[in-house]
Amino acid sequence: MSATAPAPAPSPDTKVDERLLKTSPLRRLMGRPELGSVVGAIAVFLFFAIFADSFVRAASLSTVLYASSTIGIMAVPVALLMIGGEFDLSAGVMVTSSALISSMFSYQMTANVWVGVLVSLVVTLAIGVFNGVMLTRTDPPSFIITLGTFLMLTGMNLGFTKLISGTVSTKSISDMQGFSSARDVFASTLTIGGVDFKITILWWLALVVVATWILLRTRFGNWIYAVGGGEEAARAVGVPVNKTKIGLYMGVAFGAWISGQHLLFSFDVVQSGEGVGNELIYIIAAVIGGCLITGGYGSAVGAAVGALIFGMVSKGIVFAEWNPDWFKFFLGVMLLLATLLNHWVRKRAEATA
Amino acid sequence: MRTARTAAAVIAVIALAAGCSNSGGKDSENKASAGGSGGKAASTPRLKIAMVTHSGEGDTFWDIVQSGAKQAASKDNVDFLYSNDKEAGGQAQLVQAAIDKKVDGIVVTLAKPDAMKDVLAKAEQAGIPVVTINSGAEFSKQFGALAHFGQDESVAGEAVGEELNNRGLKKAVCVIHEQGNVSLEQRCAGVKKTFKGTVENLNVDGTNAPATQSSIEAKLQATKGIDAVVTLGAPIAAVAVKAKADAGSKAEIDTFDLNAEVVKRLQAKEVGFAVDQQPYLQGYEAIDMLWLYKTNGDILGGGKTVLTGPAIITEKDASTLGKYTARGTR
Repeated sequence: MSATAPAPAPSPDTKVDERLLKTSPLRRLMGRPELGSVVGAIAVFLFFAIFADSFVRAASLSTVLYASSTIGIMAVPVALLMIGGEFDLSAGVMVTSSALISSMFSYQMTANVWVGVLVSLVVTLAIGVFNGVMLTRTDPPSFIITLGTFLMLTGMNLGFTKLISGTVSTKSISDMQGFSSARDVFASTLTIGGVDFKITILWWLALVVVATWILLRTRFGNWIYAVGGGEEAARAVGVPVNKTKIGLYMGVAFGAWISGQHLLFSFDVVQSGEGVGNELIYIIAAVIGGCLITGGYGSAVGAAVGALIFGMVSKGIVFAEWNPDWFKFFLGVMLLLATLLNHWVRKRAEATA
Repeated sequence: MRTARTAAAVIAVIALAAGCSNSGGKDSENKASAGGSGGKAASTPRLKIAMVTHSGEGDTFWDIVQSGAKQAASKDNVDFLYSNDKEAGGQAQLVQAAIDKKVDGIVVTLAKPDAMKDVLAKAEQAGIPVVTINSGAEFSKQFGALAHFGQDESVAGEAVGEELNNRGLKKAVCVIHEQGNVSLEQRCAGVKKTFKGTVENLNVDGTNAPATQSSIEAKLQATKGIDAVVTLGAPIAAVAVKAKADAGSKAEIDTFDLNAEVVKRLQAKEVGFAVDQQPYLQGYEAIDMLWLYKTNGDILGGGKTVLTGPAIITEKDASTLGKYTARGTR
């Protein structure tokens, strides 16, 4: 099938420019970074569809999608940051920070919870700006800078929570004004065709759409690829490298804000010690989805599919009712296999392209 | 960028001025007085006692242990030092640091007994009395500790199994929120021992609430006929309640340990019962006993474990316990 063949339906590229190389849609598809991960996701799905009899049920799939979405909301901005060539190790605890700020501000000020939600947005974005500014103004790599932020936030989460609430978890805000509307936005359940879907799935999809649009259709998207591909070269051709990086860290902070509000409004109280270690899961999801650790290559859709693979594997093992003692082992094996398949498919695609 | 930031700040201020909540929040808080603090301290010489636990960061349970210890410390004129490390090696180093500081007594947990063996021998050599709390009762005497205050995890598990029998339940899931933790495994094994129905274990990632919720949900969807979910920590119980609702399951949620949230859910009948090991007592008694030993040569327990639990708590007890859990002492 070729795009240049006269089609009965009007196709978008009817005007052919002879300076442009003609590529078939299939070949273009083969060149996409997310292709391998999509194949991996289909393989994982088929595997559990065969080996876990309760896996292919609408309710089960909704559970899997929920698990994937809580990872995916962070994996998408983290993938953008990685395409831009940087890491954020503070992403996991930043989610908890964002939830704590929102909860404690509303509670201590006896304010409408939406006030806390907005204050949390401002403060969380400020943490993102801090990461970005520290990175661009000083020399150390983002690994070190955000490791510092990670440790500081972990300490501050516990320190401030104990200082303000007296215990290690926040007080319940479920009886405060604005709680029910905020829960509708961040933690509600939508029933479609008799099946319950969590609203985080919508947030996840929306983030994928926005991030893909930014990457493929905007100038900022080109800057991200340019900065990740080669910082000095990008600077030489006039890309605002520092602004791009700060923007990417703010993107991660925005994801942390959404995840944090979800955490708060689905459980009413926030445990201050949570979130440590999740930053790795976000990075893993992005890498499974085809992002290069060295930057300059990857996609938002790929990261979302990576999160889906992680969600399917971690819940699929439960659905399959395998021995729980071996849970982590199975998780590791499945992720490794999915990633190997992903790489193999991409190699084949590159060879034929 | 600057304008955006200013705008955000302005919005926040405006919202703050307009957006007060008429319900809940700090303003509705009853100023519950902390239990008996402010009394006169003992006139015995000032002692320095260190507590070193295997707790992770921000765990409600250890918070309550600490508040018990602090209460005893203020009564007994004791300078109370707390430190914690969830890694075995790190915990041993912290005990060593306490020995180096020449403290008058050490309170320690034995969740990872092998790592603590050598360093506790050093404490004995230095003539520092040691009291063990929480887990590791069987190693306490062997390592030269004066006494052990805690709950036998197997006994607690057995109590849960019996309570499940009383409630006529048939098929239970035991949710392990920290894979490889010996005391959690013992709790589930204890449940299995006395429970007449079947018990399956489920490993979840306890520091990630949404992942825990979706795992429990998946288990409830995968295995039909589960009528009891037993969680091993108070914060996990609240997550299990959510998972049950989302999975449309009718299972009863029961839990080990207590916090304010669990008491509230007991009252709302969302949680069937809770097994309390009274962490406040573990902290309080450990400090108090070291003080008694240093000032009067007393030893509690006669070389046997002093049990602080299990106490089964149901909806009936919840109303009186509410105010204690709210101030973090129960």
